[in-house]
Amino acid sequence: MLSKPPGLRQILELFRNPRGAVSPSRGNIELWANIVILAAAAVFMLVKGATFAVTLGTVFAIWAMLTVSLNLVVGFSGLLSIGHIGFFGLGAYSVAILTSTTSYEQLRTGSIPTFGWPFFAALPVAVVVAGLVALVVGIAFNRFRDDIYVLVSFGFAIIAFNVFLNLRPVTRGAFGIHDVARPQIGSWVLDSELELMLLALVLLAIVVGISWFIVSSSFGRVLTAIREDEQVAEVFGYHVTHYKLAVWVISAMMAGLAGGMFASWTTFIDPNSFILLESVLLVSIVILGGLATIWGSLLGALAFVLLEEGMRFLPGLPQEYVGQARQVVLGVALVLLMLFRPQGLLGRFRL
Amino acid sequence: MNASNSANREDYILQTVEVSKYFGAVAAVDGLSIAIPRKGVTSIVGPNGSGKSTLINLLSGILPLDEGMVIIDGLGLRVVHAHETPDHSITRTFQEVRLFNQISVMDNILVVLTTRGFWPSLFERSKRRHREQAQEILEKVGMWEKRDSLAMDLSYGQRKLLEIGRAMALNVNIYLLDEPFAGLFPQMLERVKDILKDMRDEGKTIIFVSHNMDIVREMADHLIVLEDGKFLLSGEVENVLNQPQVIAAYLGT
Repeated sequence: MLSKPPGLRQILELFRNPRGAVSPSRGNIELWANIVILAAAAVFMLVKGATFAVTLGTVFAIWAMLTVSLNLVVGFSGLLSIGHIGFFGLGAYSVAILTSTTSYEQLRTGSIPTFGWPFFAALPVAVVVAGLVALVVGIAFNRFRDDIYVLVSFGFAIIAFNVFLNLRPVTRGAFGIHDVARPQIGSWVLDSELELMLLALVLLAIVVGISWFIVSSSFGRVLTAIREDEQVAEVFGYHVTHYKLAVWVISAMMAGLAGGMFASWTTFIDPNSFILLESVLLVSIVILGGLATIWGSLLGALAFVLLEEGMRFLPGLPQEYVGQARQVVLGVALVLLMLFRPQGLLGRFRL
Repeated sequence: MNASNSANREDYILQTVEVSKYFGAVAAVDGLSIAIPRKGVTSIVGPNGSGKSTLINLLSGILPLDEGMVIIDGLGLRVVHAHETPDHSITRTFQEVRLFNQISVMDNILVVLTTRGFWPSLFERSKRRHREQAQEILEKVGMWEKRDSLAMDLSYGQRKLLEIGRAMALNVNIYLLDEPFAGLFPQMLERVKDILKDMRDEGKTIIFVSHNMDIVREMADHLIVLEDGKFLLSGEVENVLNQPQVIAAYLGT
């Protein structure tokens, strides 16, 4: 079945034809996934109030930038990368290093230069840095495929983490970087949660827009063909390595953008935000939401954020177990999904 | 190389010169020199393991040449890059059908038709011209009604037809077809035959591998027989098929 991507249209259809939702059809899981997740988000926000909803919105926007951009690589191009968090980290560190004004004498590594750039000057640099690193890494990765690709991208995530942790003269190691600048337009400093959420949502809209532009073009169709059979795409005149490299770099730049936003939002980053586990979570969310569907990635990110934040309020679950419980729930969800719905909630493609 | 040596070089659109391909110590194609006439349909036959599919893979750049040279329309190549074969006016189908499985039938054709190059293709949405061309091809291979199905959901015969349609969409001069008739029901078989006859009548060069001697007799004008990766015989179909050594050793009919 190759229907239009599900979404609001199907929910509107529910109002027109309520019986359609309970009659057995293949679109039903997609419809119910939409309804349940969106309804859960609405209920959550109503119950927890505006302040919480705003924070949730920012976290969602950052995760969604990552899942949508990762889906370009994994879902549309078929390159199962678990190194995406590395580019997120590169973006975050670029913005943090360029904007932070705090020097750290206690590191005893000499005086660390501070730049004190404004956020909006540092953000493009973060995007470019992520893109350039992706270009170099991508050229090396292009000879790999399938399982091996998973392993080398895994390697990239590990290397990136260790660079953040150990390149202390630049990244300040485990101390992390404090006082990352908040976005500022003229004299207007975006330092309230609401302003930051709006900025994050604008950036998300840009990421979604570019992703949509790519996947709906002839270029995007070639990507899906490459995903299906690289060699045959080659026989039909497509220089496959160029296509894969292009989408890899674009995706990494989006992750860099998300990273920059993240650093400014938290104002403090350290290597622990960019561990491999986060990368694995990302891939899980992309698969859960559905490969090769932008809406699925948005919905997946929303479900994940709701799950993550919602479990804080589960009665009887001590705070210190929330993190682990979240992973267990996500793991179980992934196993169930792979068993019963391998294309993910809204997927257009099976791994 | 038989009587073909006396003919003018211009008459051959595709030649191999001392081409070899080794898999480990085994020579799948062993110093093979053949010439494929510009006009008409050429069939490559030979027992299993005689190097037919390997030859097609070498000509289409799927496998790299270990030795020798390929001459495509007068242009000598020691390395054939798969992504450049359309520029040399070559395309192919596969013995085991290889479609873009998890995209629609329509998209399988459109992906071949649409504009090449990074920026042009990025800024191109579905164009009416491409859709019309795709429709024409899908109608020709009888797959228009299936245009929105995923390629993976088609029957074997339909997949075979779609693969031929996809090759037609590239609109090149040389078609390398690996077992285009294998495993087809009579109705599908006739359809494939008709499509190939039409292509031949349009002046395309068709080279196909087959085991079915009745089809070879019906469809092919020229025949090239391989044995153990080496050249054995070539010429007009009836002449070659009447050679006692061919009859006795390989064809059995």
